[in-house]
Amino acid sequence: MSFEQFLPLYFFVILGVAMLLYVLLDGFDLGVGLLLPLAPEADKDRMIAAIGPFWDANETWLVLGVGILLIAFPQAHGQILGALYLPVTAMLIGLILRGVAFDFRVKARDHHKYLWNRSFFAGSLIATLAQGWMLGRYVTGFGEGAGHQAFALLIALTLPAAYVMLGGCWLLLKSEGALQENARRWARASLVPVALGLLLISLATPWVSETVRERWFAMPAFLALLPIPLISVLALAGLAWVLQRSGVRDEFAWLPFVLAVVILLMGFFGLAYSLYPYVIMDRMTLWAAAASTPALTVIFFGTVVTVPAILAYTAFAYWVFRGKSTPLNYG
Amino acid sequence: MEALDPLVLARLQFAANITFHILFPTITIALCWALLFFRWRWVATRNVAWLGAYRLWTKVFALSFAMGVVSGITMSFQFGTNWPGFMERVGNIAGPLLGYEVLTAFFLEATFLGVMLFGHGKVSERVHLFATLMVALGTTASAFWILALNSWMQTPAGFYVENGQYHVVSWLAVIFNPSFPYRFSHVLLASGLTAAFLIAGLSAWQILRRHDTPATAVALRTALIAGAILIPIQIFVGDLHGLNTLAHQPQKIAAIEGVWETERGAPLLLFALPDETTRSNHFEVGVPKAASLILKHDPEDEIRGLNEFEGRHPPVAPLFWGFRIMVGVGLLMLATSWAGVWALRRRAPHALPRGLLWGLVGMTFSGWVATVAGWYVTEIGRQPYLVFGELLTRDLVGPAPAASIAVSLTAYLVTYLVLIVAYVSVLFYLASKPADTQGARA
Ligand code: HDD
Ligand code: HEM
Ligand code: HEM
Repeated sequence: MSFEQFLPLYFFVILGVAMLLYVLLDGFDLGVGLLLPLAPEADKDRMIAAIGPFWDANETWLVLGVGILLIAFPQAHGQILGALYLPVTAMLIGLILRGVAFDFRVKARDHHKYLWNRSFFAGSLIATLAQGWMLGRYVTGFGEGAGHQAFALLIALTLPAAYVMLGGCWLLLKSEGALQENARRWARASLVPVALGLLLISLATPWVSETVRERWFAMPAFLALLPIPLISVLALAGLAWVLQRSGVRDEFAWLPFVLAVVILLMGFFGLAYSLYPYVIMDRMTLWAAAASTPALTVIFFGTVVTVPAILAYTAFAYWVFRGKSTPLNYG
Repeated sequence: MEALDPLVLARLQFAANITFHILFPTITIALCWALLFFRWRWVATRNVAWLGAYRLWTKVFALSFAMGVVSGITMSFQFGTNWPGFMERVGNIAGPLLGYEVLTAFFLEATFLGVMLFGHGKVSERVHLFATLMVALGTTASAFWILALNSWMQTPAGFYVENGQYHVVSWLAVIFNPSFPYRFSHVLLASGLTAAFLIAGLSAWQILRRHDTPATAVALRTALIAGAILIPIQIFVGDLHGLNTLAHQPQKIAAIEGVWETERGAPLLLFALPDETTRSNHFEVGVPKAASLILKHDPEDEIRGLNEFEGRHPPVAPLFWGFRIMVGVGLLMLATSWAGVWALRRRAPHALPRGLLWGLVGMTFSGWVATVAGWYVTEIGRQPYLVFGELLTRDLVGPAPAASIAVSLTAYLVTYLVLIVAYVSVLFYLASKPADTQGARA
């Protein structure tokens, strides 16, 4: 493969990784937002403290994702965002409402705090539903008709459960006492809808898309792909099992989060396999959508230098706030 | 229906979103450097007044930063939703500039922000100062990249066109295009002034409300001195900026000055009502020959008028007035900051004359007014082009139907209105909390 052909592929991978990291990282903090109304008043600050130092950097992966789409695939970028105009607006307004609520809820007058808590929850919910909807529309190549709409709705309803699973597992890792016990219950409760949602989505995808059907149900490929659903099922079962044990609250507190990540990772691989090499399903391949080679080259070297640096200082930030979360203060 | 034209709506929406966004960067870029200064003074002197100032202004910073981030995320989608044609045509130039902004600036500021805000007690004082420095560098770098792109759209350079696609000949020429150095300095200074007057205004409010502490005194003094130093530099840079614009976008200057016919010894208009239907001004009040003197440094020199650019010049009234608002605010800033510094020579901050303190309170958000006015002059002045002299705005609008844009525009406007009211009232509330609760709670 020549460098010229390699570049679009490289950016496709970066785009995928950025979106994956976004879903995993902002997923846990959106999930905590969805759980906020369930917690007693006293625990709400502690829940926010478990995500406070991270959320901003987590959302930056979304900015990188849309940035790469715009830089590397300008021809697809406008079409995708044009087709998703209203859900994009909904998601952005959701992200605005929750992003500002982080700060307002502790700075506003005390009797306004509950309003910002609600805005935090509502924003998280709107953003999550919108993201699920967009993913559903995207996978079908923005297909028209009730079947495609129903498919998007299915994903829109599954994503909140997945984020609650991530958020619950994250809280289990970062908290203690009654909150931790609640987190375990919440994470467990999310598993049924997650499992059901994933099952339905797996059944529906080949049905809404011929391309996906052909890809998955051709013979050697089918066997090679079998680990993806198998690992998901094992991870789900494992997660359900560990969440029953009380030992999970001590030295194995990290395990549920890892298993939850594995489940979503498998979903991501399945999706990536279904889509490749399309940037817009069945309509535009990544090579057709790519920007000119000189422009891609300039940014290629940029990513080679900066992405490792970004990963390094991101790891540093998570390391600084390792262990159980403590109340946030500006020292 | 004229009012529901997708082009008009897309422009309104973009303008509403970027206007809301710029309010916060213009505070955070400079405020972060101010926090670095406060913290450094505290570490160096162990005078708790600096620590108090650091804590209060960190709260304001955290809130402003959050507003900047969420509105910025909105901006990064706007190019795709509203101007897909823009990226399809100039993506090879705009893409890498935006990409470097994400890679070198956004991640840096967003990641170190957590350590800066909440890292006390978890990292050493040095590492903490380093994290603060990284956030400050990140915000400034972000201004660098986005202004490189914006300036390129104003004064494009270093490119060639093939099959309607724009390609780069020289990245140095693209980034350091003719208007970039002026715009970058002017915007950074604008940020410094916005933050300085914000700090001064809220500090004056604390004094008037008798909620002041030693922290108020150091913050007010720092802000007034910074403002008094920055404003003359800003006026000087603004003048150079105008000369640069005259060289590259003469129709913009003609609109700013309200000059219809090319003339020698053009007057500097202080007041006028420009009228595009009659292509003339009503109720002119001006200083004879002063415009020629300021722009050409020769009272008899020629200024090209709008009639030379008929059909290709921007709307006149918003530029004419936007410019006067910006310069007017600049002159007010000069007057108040110098009066403040003068008064500080003999009096302590809490004993400043009440009239002056009220004046400062009134100027709390003056930086916002001048900044938005300045951007409107710059951006409306680029019309009817999106890339000046190259691409017309109307050719690049997206396919979104007017109804979708109208719905989303309304949703944004309502959200923004609520948030602005909440933001301003929380700022004054933070400033009026008694000193002992000015402690650590996030
Ligand atoms: C002069 C400065 C300036 C200007 C003109 C803009 N921005 Fe901005 N932006 C910043 C200065 C800034 C900043 C200082 O870096 C921010 C603002 C507040 C903040 O806290 O970071 C930021 C935040 C910010 C973010 C969130 C970054 C994060 O997660 O930390 C995005 C995605 C954008 N901006 C995108 C844009 C786009 C697409 C713009 C133009 C159309 C734009 N900004 C104009
Ligand atoms: C930050 C302060 C800014 C403000 C307040 C601002 C304001 C505006 C306004 C009022 C318009 C509408 C003009 C009209 O249609 O008459 C506009 C348009 C636009 N601006 Fe800006 N702008 C800012 C920065 C930027 C930057 C940094 C960029 C790009 C890098 C940019 C790109 C655009 C584009 C693409 C349009 C739409 C097309 C057009 O109407 O020309 N702006 N802006
Ligand atoms: C008082 C003397 C000032 C002069 C002569 C001046 C001059 C100018 C000119 C000529 C422009 C338009 C440049 C162009 O579109 O090509 C401009 C834009 C701008 N001004 Fe000013 N200005 C002054 C004061 C201020 C102040 C006090 C602020 C804010 C605190 C400010 C903020 C801005 C901003 C944000 C822009 C838009 C960005 C840019 O194009 O640089 N200006 N100014």
